[in-house]
Amino acid sequence: MFTRNELIAPVLGIACALALAISLPAAATATPAAEAVQEIAAGLEGAVTKAAGEVAATAEQAVPDAGVAAPAPVPVAAATAEEAKSSSTAEAAKQIHKTKHWSWEYTNPDTGQKLGKKNVINNFCTSVTSNHSFCSACHIGYGWADDSFDFSSEANVDCIVCHDTTGTYKKLPGLSGHPNYETMEWPPHSGRFRPPTDLKKIAQNVGPTSRKTCGTCHFYGGGGDAVKHGDLDSSLTNPGRYLDVHMDSEGLNFSCSRCHVTDEHEVSGSRYGVTAADEKGVLVPGSLDPRNPTTCVACHGNTPHPDKAAKLNDHTRKLACQTCHIPAYARSTLQTKMSWDWSTAGKLDEQGHRIQLKNSAGKVVYDSKKGNFTYDRYVVPEYQWFNGEVKFTLFGDQVSEDSVVKINEFQGDANDPDARIWPVRVFRGKQMYDKGLQTLAVLHTAGKDDAAFWGNYDWDKAMEVGMRAAGSEYSGELGFVSTEMSWPVTHMVSPKEDALDCESCHTDGGRLAGIEGIYLPARDRMPLIDTIGFGIALLALIGVLIHGGIRVILAKREG
Amino acid sequence: MERIYIFKRFERFWHWTQALLIITMMITGFEIHGTYSNLGFETAVEVHTIAAWALITLWVFAIFWHFTTGEWKQYIPTMDKVEAMFRYYLTGIFTHAEHPFRQTTLHKHNPLQRLAYLFVKLLINPLIWASGFLYLFYTSWESWGLGWLNLEWIATIHVIAAFMMLIFFIAHIYLATTGHKPMSHIKAMITGWEEID
Ligand code: HEM
Repeated sequence: MFTRNELIAPVLGIACALALAISLPAAATATPAAEAVQEIAAGLEGAVTKAAGEVAATAEQAVPDAGVAAPAPVPVAAATAEEAKSSSTAEAAKQIHKTKHWSWEYTNPDTGQKLGKKNVINNFCTSVTSNHSFCSACHIGYGWADDSFDFSSEANVDCIVCHDTTGTYKKLPGLSGHPNYETMEWPPHSGRFRPPTDLKKIAQNVGPTSRKTCGTCHFYGGGGDAVKHGDLDSSLTNPGRYLDVHMDSEGLNFSCSRCHVTDEHEVSGSRYGVTAADEKGVLVPGSLDPRNPTTCVACHGNTPHPDKAAKLNDHTRKLACQTCHIPAYARSTLQTKMSWDWSTAGKLDEQGHRIQLKNSAGKVVYDSKKGNFTYDRYVVPEYQWFNGEVKFTLFGDQVSEDSVVKINEFQGDANDPDARIWPVRVFRGKQMYDKGLQTLAVLHTAGKDDAAFWGNYDWDKAMEVGMRAAGSEYSGELGFVSTEMSWPVTHMVSPKEDALDCESCHTDGGRLAGIEGIYLPARDRMPLIDTIGFGIALLALIGVLIHGGIRVILAKREG
Repeated sequence: MERIYIFKRFERFWHWTQALLIITMMITGFEIHGTYSNLGFETAVEVHTIAAWALITLWVFAIFWHFTTGEWKQYIPTMDKVEAMFRYYLTGIFTHAEHPFRQTTLHKHNPLQRLAYLFVKLLINPLIWASGFLYLFYTSWESWGLGWLNLEWIATIHVIAAFMMLIFFIAHIYLATTGHKPMSHIKAMITGWEEID
């Protein structure tokens, strides 16, 4: 008997090999050697396509009538697949196993904090723990339903979600990282149906990652388009120059990986370990320097402005590029979420049904499952010193209702040479905490069992399951704390003509009004010196006017 | 009425260029300071910076001129008749009392002027120039071994000097009208010829 996992893995293994085959000709130039490479690649492509076709066909036969398990003919397909899977595909899977995209774990080398999506509690959907089968719709694997998931299995690696070019591959929440293999009502109770995922077609059309593939997860974080980041949403699939000068689909047309350079499938540039400043400047592509390539400075250096605007180059000692060059985020028609209040969740109508209220723009502002939301567009970031180090409030850390809990706190101040003033999206919320244990709570939100909050709206039941999954016993006392989560604003880079002008900060009450530790001309002055200086100047003026006035009067009298 | 030639061509050029530059620097400087907004911060900084270099250049020429012509001696301070000058401005000027000082080509400034201009040349100008120069190059302080400096202090010194300049400017313009006739001094600075009693 073969499980769905074992079936799909070979298909996708082939697809991975295919991806490699496709990428080879792209790199080739018109030398004989290169032509040879091209031929090999073409051959490989043919073979792989055929194999993929076979496997996919088998898979298609097998899955619909078998449900979870699939019947016999598979070994043949598996063998084919095993052959087709080149060593580099296996290599790729091994590489994937080492990435944050796979492990959802990251240990901060400076603070020792265990971070990553698996460990962090945020103030959106709050926690992956106890909710894997839903959250793993954005995991690059198959089958992460609970703690028994095999992280060492190469067959569990989902190449397609990143390498699909058809745009038809969709991993659905609740399927533990799988797409639907059968016709399925989606969204649930919508009366609309998704046909089975066409794996054959998808396997024949794998390719490099794109804004679209990365976006399938990163544009939709937090439960929908534009919700989480504010500077990442589906408007970046085909953005205009105005929205992002690098990704501009009719201009530079950068894919994500143009900046988020990958090395052995590990994608660079992570908000868990941010490079807030890089004094060393340009990082030449191909250099062995282990610096982070995903910074503005890596390409532009620290003195990017032309001589006639040399004064701007002085600013890079104190400001992140993003501060002036991303004047606002969520700059499309899509609204991003600005706050999420869980404390109102769970109210039902008279028939005991879920309530959803929408605003005039059609965005849900209340949902029984989640509570209240607010939204905004063209959001002006907040600004703060940031040296790249982020401290999180993790499960078990003491929290209370007396103060706003910083889900994560950006470190750094004016005296820190590694710190720059950064634009920050601050997402505010109110969320569950265990009053007895005084820790942020893990709530069992999603699942088909009768404890999941999103089905049964019973706080205590859902808390019990969630907290236990996190390794604690729920004290029985649920509370809500105010929380803030900070996100560096770094996408949606405006064209230079839209960058902030001087007066945005060089004025009283400007954007940097709250930034301490620097002298900012036009914002800062010593009031006493102004009073004395203008005072004496005024007295001098009055003095000469009186003196002159007397002279004029006397002169008139004399005729 | 008598006329004497006191301001030579270079001196007049220097004076009016300097006047223009200093007015420009005050207008843009106090905008940079955040007192008002007028040209916009960016333009104010650009104009202020260009004017700064122009003023420095002018000063270099002026200093050279003063020394090569010996005109610097015009600014040697004297306390002689200072009190009389004060009394003149406080009362004598209203009663047509005789001016305690007689201008000549060798002594073109009255004792109060001498003191005031010396104060400008030895205190305000160097202060404004040194603090302004440091302000311009604040990113280089560390490499010059001046890392201990602090922009707030430098800016404050610059602002204090700017206030002194503003106060001087007000008094100076008014006193320019206290010649033989209200326009006598001003005409003199334009034509070089001063009318005296
Ligand atoms: C009559 C002459 C001048 C006046 C009245 C004047 C006045 C001012 C004032 C009021 C400020 C604002 C300071 C603050 O609030 O921080 C300023 C800024 C400044 N001044 Fe001057 N200044 C004069 C000459 C100079 C000179 C000669 C230099 C250079 C050698 C200079 C360089 C600067 C610089 C670099 C700034 C800061 C502009 C910036 O923010 O980049 N100034 N000035």
